Amino acid sequence: MAGPLNWISQIGSVTKFGLLSLPQRRGAVAATVIGIAGVVAVLVGVLSIAAGFRQVMKISGSPDGAIVMRSGADSEMVSGLGENEVRVIADAPGITRTAKGPLASAELFVIIDLPKRSTGTDANVPLRGVEPAAFQVRDHLNVIQGRMFEWGKDEVMVGRGAAQEFAGLDVGSTIKVGRYQWPVVGIFSADGGAAESEIWTDAKILQDAYNRGNSFQSVSVKLNSPGAFQAFKDTLTSNPQLNVQVKRQSEYYEQQSERLTLLITILGFAIAFLMALGAIFGALNTMYSAVAARTREIATLRALGFGRSAVVVSLLIESLFLALVGGVIGGALAYVAFNNFHTSTMNFQSFSQITFAFKVTPQLLIQGIVWAAIIGLIGGLFPSIRAARLPIASALREL
Amino acid sequence: MKFLHLIWCNLRRKKLRTSLTLLSIIVAFILFGFLAAIQEALVGGVALAGADRLIVREKVSIINLLPVSYEARMDRIPGVDFSTHQTWFGGIYQDPKNFFMQNPVEPEKFLKIHPEIILPPDEEKAWLATRTGAIVGRRTAERFGWKIGDKIPIRSTIWAQANGNLTWTFDIVGIYDGKDKGTDTTPLFFRYDYYDEARQQGKGQVGWYTIRIKDPSQAAEVAKRVDAEFENSPAETKTEPEGAFIQGWASQLGNIVLIVAAILSAVFFTILLVTGNTMAQAVRERTGELGVLKAIGFTNAQVVALVLAESCLLTVMGGMVGLGLALAITPIIAQPLAGLLPLFYLPARALLIGFGLSIALGLVTGIFPALQAMRLRVADALRRM
Repeated sequence: MAGPLNWISQIGSVTKFGLLSLPQRRGAVAATVIGIAGVVAVLVGVLSIAAGFRQVMKISGSPDGAIVMRSGADSEMVSGLGENEVRVIADAPGITRTAKGPLASAELFVIIDLPKRSTGTDANVPLRGVEPAAFQVRDHLNVIQGRMFEWGKDEVMVGRGAAQEFAGLDVGSTIKVGRYQWPVVGIFSADGGAAESEIWTDAKILQDAYNRGNSFQSVSVKLNSPGAFQAFKDTLTSNPQLNVQVKRQSEYYEQQSERLTLLITILGFAIAFLMALGAIFGALNTMYSAVAARTREIATLRALGFGRSAVVVSLLIESLFLALVGGVIGGALAYVAFNNFHTSTMNFQSFSQITFAFKVTPQLLIQGIVWAAIIGLIGGLFPSIRAARLPIASALREL
Repeated sequence: MKFLHLIWCNLRRKKLRTSLTLLSIIVAFILFGFLAAIQEALVGGVALAGADRLIVREKVSIINLLPVSYEARMDRIPGVDFSTHQTWFGGIYQDPKNFFMQNPVEPEKFLKIHPEIILPPDEEKAWLATRTGAIVGRRTAERFGWKIGDKIPIRSTIWAQANGNLTWTFDIVGIYDGKDKGTDTTPLFFRYDYYDEARQQGKGQVGWYTIRIKDPSQAAEVAKRVDAEFENSPAETKTEPEGAFIQGWASQLGNIVLIVAAILSAVFFTILLVTGNTMAQAVRERTGELGVLKAIGFTNAQVVALVLAESCLLTVMGGMVGLGLALAITPIIAQPLAGLLPLFYLPARALLIGFGLSIALGLVTGIFPALQAMRLRVADALRRM
């Protein structure tokens, strides 16, 4: 060996030679690339489920939003607040005040059975009764079809996700709630947040239909600033008339999705791990046979004077290159097949459906390529070391 | 069978290659087992649902309650044997992560309508004698180390007692087991009379009813009759067979079966490539030998059979080891998942399907190389020795 520069140029030539001869070994190359592409595609696809779900939760909580429920309730569904309590809460300091009053919306959260479009079976669709302030308490609410429901009228407005996933929620159809028939007058979007899974109507209408008298379940407020949260919370929790818990909107949504996210993540990673393991064995196999087929060629190079380590490194680079190509193809496949694939599932904690879309994020794509690189490196390491250690004379003689 | 030795030796030629292929197949079948367990956990309950049971819930929304007075009316409907109710308690034991179901029930009727719940008679007597008594399934009892006689505090998220206290205390008077492997032994059941008297709100109202019908083939008709009985009441009902109810609940989670099938297809397709490649190479390398075999009198069919047997032996070995490992690992993974998926195990059905798949895999990967081997012309093959 005559110095690092020489070494690098050795690696350069051998690698170039190897890469240029790839077309001659189409079969083995295709097997490696397709195998890794398949694994990366499934990996990214499975992990995009959790990513999409987390995204919904993240968008749903604005930093200056807060939600108040009865103390001890682990979701809005099981909470209960009386009319007086709601009034006291709306008077608390820290809430943004407008000419029309404080930005506080006392709400009801129930579920209604509607069939899922994909399976035809019933699902627990969330139905929320709101007050006028609800539209300022939550950011990014826009009516995208039809119109908003009128206050005091038996009408509903449906979130974009809900309209897509459940049957009978198009503008103009009616949903049957016990004895009542409520027409759907509009569809709204919420920037992908949880509200898009819900059906909205006037809280008073819902109180009547579900026999709730004058009670509510939660109060959602918009604070002056994220910093006003602590004072707001302290005022309410120290009030002896109230028995409530106060959470930031973002904190609430994060907690609501904890268990489902955990389940999806555990299962996703377990599947991904097993697939990666299988892929490593597959890659090792393919690389070993690929290298074995080139034993004579490699022995010739070594007989010519190329160093052992140069051979090993260039074989590794070749393996890495193939793996990265496979990874990119797999990532692209996953993106095309899965990104924004819309679906819905049941959030155990809130007992209701949540609609979301699979999200193939840049981080996931990078993760996929990293996995591919690892598979390529491990898959190429042992075969290339073996190739470099064969005694030259016998290798030259091999068929 | 006499050729088994020949096939085995062929596999052992390139030990590294064979072992790596074997390892890929093993991993694929571990994944298969794992996905089968997930599928069983989420939709398996359907198969175990009682064919002679109907579930009755409030029509508009499952969270709405039904009057307890409906029970008597239901019992009088033709085709109904008897009915009983349960309600969602929504309790937390120490930490929300420790989730398991706790429902108030009518003890005698409950045990009668659920014969898959096995409770020793003396424990049943104790339950009937203790108002605050509760029976708990073996899985939950083992998870928290509960024994008969323990007092368990559970904080309900929904129901407060008359004094405003959300925490209810129950005495464990019995531990039940499930008849089948798939019977859920995580829930805790306590007495409705204690619950109804002590609760602050919602007295006289229950969550849902389970009806046992006299003739399972009449399920649809009886269901219609039940709904007709309560039509135009303040609380209308929706009645369906227990299997349909569970299926609907599982479908809420998503089209699990489809997702699992999609992942498995992708995995097996990839394995196919790897194994097929291996087999193709194995045959290519042995062209000369195959020529010799044909020259000494092996028929085409025998050569094809030899190659297929080799690939099948490989895949079946890998399949059995993989399924065996999946069977061994599943109980270990079930522990951390206990709060999320109460039932996590590998059903026997999946093992049979897996075995069948391994044979199919062997046949598919071996067929092209086998046909190639068959079409070899003896003279050409011998020249390539």
